Amino acid sequence: MIDDQTLDRHGLKPDEYDRIVGFLGREPSPAELGIFSVMWSEHCSYKSSRVHLKTLPTEGPQVLQGPGENAGAIDIGDGLAAVFKIESHNHPSFIEPYQGAATGVGGIIRDIFTMGARPIALMNSLRFGPLEAPGTRRVLQGVVAGIAGYGNSIGIPTIGGEIAFEPSYAGNPLVNVFCLGIARAADVIKGVASGTGNPVYYVGAKTGRDGIHGATMASAEFDDKSAEKRPAVQVGDPFMEKLLLEACLEVMRTDALVGIQDMGAAGLTCSTTEMGSRGGAGIEIDVSLVPQRESGMTPYEIMLSESQERMLLVVKKGREAEVERVFEKWDLHAARIGHVTGDGLLRVKEQGRVVAEIPNRALTDECPVYHRPMEKPAYLDEAQALDLDDLARRTTVAANDGLIALLGSPTVASKRWAYRQYDHMVQTNTINLPGLGAGVVRIKGTNRALAMSVDGNGRYGYLDPRRGAMLAVAEAARNVACAGARPLGATNCLNFGNPERPSIMWQFGQAVEGIGEACRALGVPITGGNVSLYNETDGRAIYPTSVIGVVGLLEQAEHVLTRCFEDSGDVIILIGEGTGELGGSEFLKAVYGVVAGQPPALDLARERAIQDLLVELAGAGLLRSAHDCSDGGIAVAIAECCFETAGRGADVAIDALGAPTVSSLSEAAALFGESASRVIVSARPALVTEVLQRAAALGVPARIIGEVGGARLRIAVGGRMAVDLSVADAEQVWASAIEGRFAKQVA
Amino acid sequence: MTFAVIVFPGSNCDQDAHHATTAVLGQMAEFVWHKEVDLHGADAVIVPGGFAHGDYLRTGAMARFSPIMGAVKTFADRGGPVIGICNGFQVLLEAGLLPGAMLRNRGLTYRCEYIQVRVEQTDTPFTAGAHVGQVLRLPIGHGEGNYYAPPDELERLEARRQVVLRYCAPNGAIDDDANPNGSVHAIAGLCNEQRNVVGMMPHPERACERLLGSVDGLVILESVVKALTSA
Amino acid sequence: MRARVFVTLKPSVFDPQGRTIADALHSLGYGTVSDVRQGKYFELDLETTDAAQAKALAAEVADKLLANPVIESYRVEVD
Repeated sequence: MIDDQTLDRHGLKPDEYDRIVGFLGREPSPAELGIFSVMWSEHCSYKSSRVHLKTLPTEGPQVLQGPGENAGAIDIGDGLAAVFKIESHNHPSFIEPYQGAATGVGGIIRDIFTMGARPIALMNSLRFGPLEAPGTRRVLQGVVAGIAGYGNSIGIPTIGGEIAFEPSYAGNPLVNVFCLGIARAADVIKGVASGTGNPVYYVGAKTGRDGIHGATMASAEFDDKSAEKRPAVQVGDPFMEKLLLEACLEVMRTDALVGIQDMGAAGLTCSTTEMGSRGGAGIEIDVSLVPQRESGMTPYEIMLSESQERMLLVVKKGREAEVERVFEKWDLHAARIGHVTGDGLLRVKEQGRVVAEIPNRALTDECPVYHRPMEKPAYLDEAQALDLDDLARRTTVAANDGLIALLGSPTVASKRWAYRQYDHMVQTNTINLPGLGAGVVRIKGTNRALAMSVDGNGRYGYLDPRRGAMLAVAEAARNVACAGARPLGATNCLNFGNPERPSIMWQFGQAVEGIGEACRALGVPITGGNVSLYNETDGRAIYPTSVIGVVGLLEQAEHVLTRCFEDSGDVIILIGEGTGELGGSEFLKAVYGVVAGQPPALDLARERAIQDLLVELAGAGLLRSAHDCSDGGIAVAIAECCFETAGRGADVAIDALGAPTVSSLSEAAALFGESASRVIVSARPALVTEVLQRAAALGVPARIIGEVGGARLRIAVGGRMAVDLSVADAEQVWASAIEGRFAKQVA
Repeated sequence: MTFAVIVFPGSNCDQDAHHATTAVLGQMAEFVWHKEVDLHGADAVIVPGGFAHGDYLRTGAMARFSPIMGAVKTFADRGGPVIGICNGFQVLLEAGLLPGAMLRNRGLTYRCEYIQVRVEQTDTPFTAGAHVGQVLRLPIGHGEGNYYAPPDELERLEARRQVVLRYCAPNGAIDDDANPNGSVHAIAGLCNEQRNVVGMMPHPERACERLLGSVDGLVILESVVKALTSA
Repeated sequence: MRARVFVTLKPSVFDPQGRTIADALHSLGYGTVSDVRQGKYFELDLETTDAAQAKALAAEVADKLLANPVIESYRVEVD
C-alpha cells in the first residue's frame, strides 16, 4: 500500500492512484509510480483544461497540422509550411530567472525543429511585478539575459514581443516564448513511433538528475518552501542544441526517420509514451543504454530526468548506419536504446529486467480528465464597477501630463533596453525590427514575408476573462494586419491560477470561450498551444492572462508597414471609432492607481472588416504606416507613430465624446480610452480618397484626423487643443523609462 | 569567383554570408566544414559570425584549433584575401592571424543595433571599393566586441595603418558615444601587416539588401569581388 | 593527480565585470573592498602521480588553450 506522503510528493490524489492500480491490475513499481506522476501531472496531461480546449476551432483550409503534435503548421504557399507554437516556462523563471528563461527558449525551439522546420524567428511575452519593486529587476534582468543568451547563441533572431508590469505578477512572472520555423509542407515530420522492430535512438546531452519532478513543480503553487526547489531547474546548453538542430535537420533530409520528438517536460517518459500512443504502437527501452552523466542513476531518475537538449528518434530498420553517421559528423553520439513493439505498452527495462510496463494509452489518451467545478468569482461585480465621477473628484490631470505619465509607464514605454540584447538580425530575414509593430521576416526564395505578434492583457482578463481573451486574439491579429499581412493561424498560452478553485476554473472556461469565438470570427484557428496553471503564491493568483500568438502572410514583402510616420504632409487617418472606454485602462492605473471597470467592447465583425481592410490597403501599396490603438489609447498610438522618425511630429484633431461620459474626464477618455478595433494609418495626400473609398466599401468607419509635420505632437479634442508636446521631449520620456532604471555602461 | 565560407560547429552566420555572396552578389560560394583540410581552390575566405563551439572558454578559442585553420593560415600566408566577421574576427585573433584580443563589451550586455563605421584605409581587398572617410551604416550583434591590444602593439598597429574601420558618429566623427563596446581607439576592424587578412566586428553580410535596412555592407564584399575578377 | 589553473586578466586590461562586482559590493556595504578582478578557475584531473609532470602538463595546457596570452596570465597549483 502507498502512504499519503509519497502520493503527495508525486502530485497524485488517492482516486488517481486507484485508477493506476486499475490500469495495471496491481500496485505500481516505483518507476511506474514516477511515470504516472509526471504523465498525469497538470503540465503534461492537461487534465483540468482538456474539456475546455476541445471547444477551440482548430481547422481551416490553411491548417496542415493542428493541436496534438509538437507544434502546429499552416500552409504559406510555394509548398512551404510555417510551423509555430508558444509555450510557457513560468515557474522555473521565478526560481532561476536566467536558466528558467533560457531553457524555455530551448524547449520551444526543439518543438519546432522536431517537426522538420528550421526555426527562423523567436518572440516572447513577459510579465513581471512593478519595476520599482526590489525583486523585479533581478527577475527581469535574468529573464532577458537568459532569452538573449540562448537565442543569440543558437542563431535564431528574437524579432519582437511584449513586456508588461503589474503587481499581480510579482511572485509569479510569466515567461511565454514563441518560435516559428519554415519547412517544406511535404516534409513536416511527426512525433510518431510505428513499425514493429524499428530501432529507437537517443541523441543529445547525457542524462543527469536535472529537473526531476519539474513537471510536478510546474503543476504546483509557490510557497515558502519554493526556494528549496532550486535543484529542479535545468541548465541549458545552446551550443548542444545548435548541433542537435543542424544534425536533426540533416538526418530528416535522408528520409530514414519514422518519427522524432524532443524530450521536454517529463523527458524520456513523455517522448516514448507519446510517440507510441500516436502510432498505436509500443516502445521498449533499456535505461542502462541511456547515456548518463551521473553515476548510480535509478530507472526512476532516468525516466523522469528533464536534462535538456535530448531527442528521441524512431529510425527505419536498416537505415541505422546512415543516421549514426550524420550525428557523428556533428560530434553527437546517437545511442540505440530500444525498439518499437506491437503491444501498445511502454516497457522499461534495466539490464534486461523489466522495471515498468504500462499501456501507453493509460498515460496519454486515458489519463484523468476533469470537469472541474466553475463559479463566477465574488470579486468580479465590484471590480467591474467604475465610478468616473468619483475619480474625477479626486483629481484630474491635464492632457499633456496624462500622456507623459503613460509614456513613462514601463508597460507602455520603449522596450529597447530588452530587445537590444537580442540578436534580431541573424539569418538576414528580419524586415521589421523590434518595437515597430509585428515582427516580420521575409521568406527567402519567395517574394513573401511572415508577420507575427504575441499579445495579451492581464487587467482585461481580470475584469472580464471572456472579453479579455477575445481582445487578446483581436489585438494579435490586428498587429499582424497592421504590418500588411493576412492573419492565418494562432497559438495560445493560457496562464492562470489554481484550477482546483472554482473561481479560477470559471475564469479559464470563460477565457477559452472567448478565444474560440474570436478565433472563429477572425479566421485564425488555433494550431497548438500551452496551458500554465497554478500561477499563484500563498493563495493569490495572477490575473487570468491569455497570451495569443498570431501568424500572417504578406504576399509582397516590400509592402510591409511599420508604425512610423514617413513624411511631412502625409495624411493621418483614423480607422474605426472610439467611445472613450476607460475600464481596465493603462490611464486609470497610471494616474489613479485603479484597476476597475469593464474592458472595452469588441465587435468581432467590425474587427474582421478592419483587418481585411488593412491587408487590402497594404497590398495595394496605399499606406505609408499603420499602428493599432491599445495601451494608452489613441494619444499614445499617435505619439508612437512619431517616435524614431527623426523627430517627425503630427497635428491631429479628434472628436469630443458625447454623453454619457463624465464631462471632466471626457477629454481623457477621448485621448486615452482603449476602445478596440482602431488603427492609425498614414497615406500620401494623393491616395487618401482611395483609402477612404475602400474603407467605405467594407463598411468600416475611416476619417482624416490630421497631418504629419512639424516637431510637435498636437492633438485637439472637440476643437480644443489638448495635447501639445515637443516630440523630442515625449520620446525622451518613452525611451528612457526602462533603460534609465538600469546602471549606465561602465567607464 | 568562389568564396569559401568556413563552418564551425556553432557558426550561425555562415548561411547569411553564403546568401550575400551568391544570391545578392551573384558569385559562387562553398561551405567548408571545419574538419576539412583544404579550401577547394577558393579565391577568398570568409570566417563567419556565430558562436563557434558555443563561445565556451573564450570566443574563438577552440575554433582556432580546427583542422581547416591550417589551410586558412597557408592561404593567408600566400596573400589570399581572408575576412573574419564578428565571431570570425575573434577566431582570427585567437589564431594569431590578426593581433590583439577581444574582451566583453564594457556595458556588459550583448548589443544588436545599427552603428556607423568610418573607413580608414582603402588598400585592403575588402575596402578597396570605398574611399577614406566613407561612413558605413552597419549592424552589430555581439557581447564581446571590445577590442584590446597592449599599448606598444597598439602603437605599432596605428603606425602601420592596420586600423581599417573605426566606430563613428553618423557624421564621421570619432567620439566615445559612438563606440558601442569600448574598443581601444574605437577599432571596429583591422588588417594584418600583409594587408590581406581583415577582421571586423560589424556584419557587412547583414547590410546587402535594401529590404533589410541598409546596403552599406555591399562595398565590403564587392571590393574583393572586383579585386579578384578584374585583375 | 589534480592540477588547478587560475587564469586572470593582466593588470593592464580593464575588467568591467570586476568593476561591476566591486560596485555591487560597495552598495551592499562592503566599503573596504577596494577592487575586484574576475578570473577563471580550472580543475584538471590528470593521469599521473608525478607532481612536476602534472605541473608542466597543466602549464602547457594553459599556454595552449586555457589562457589567452595577449590579455591573460595564469598560475598552476598541483595536489
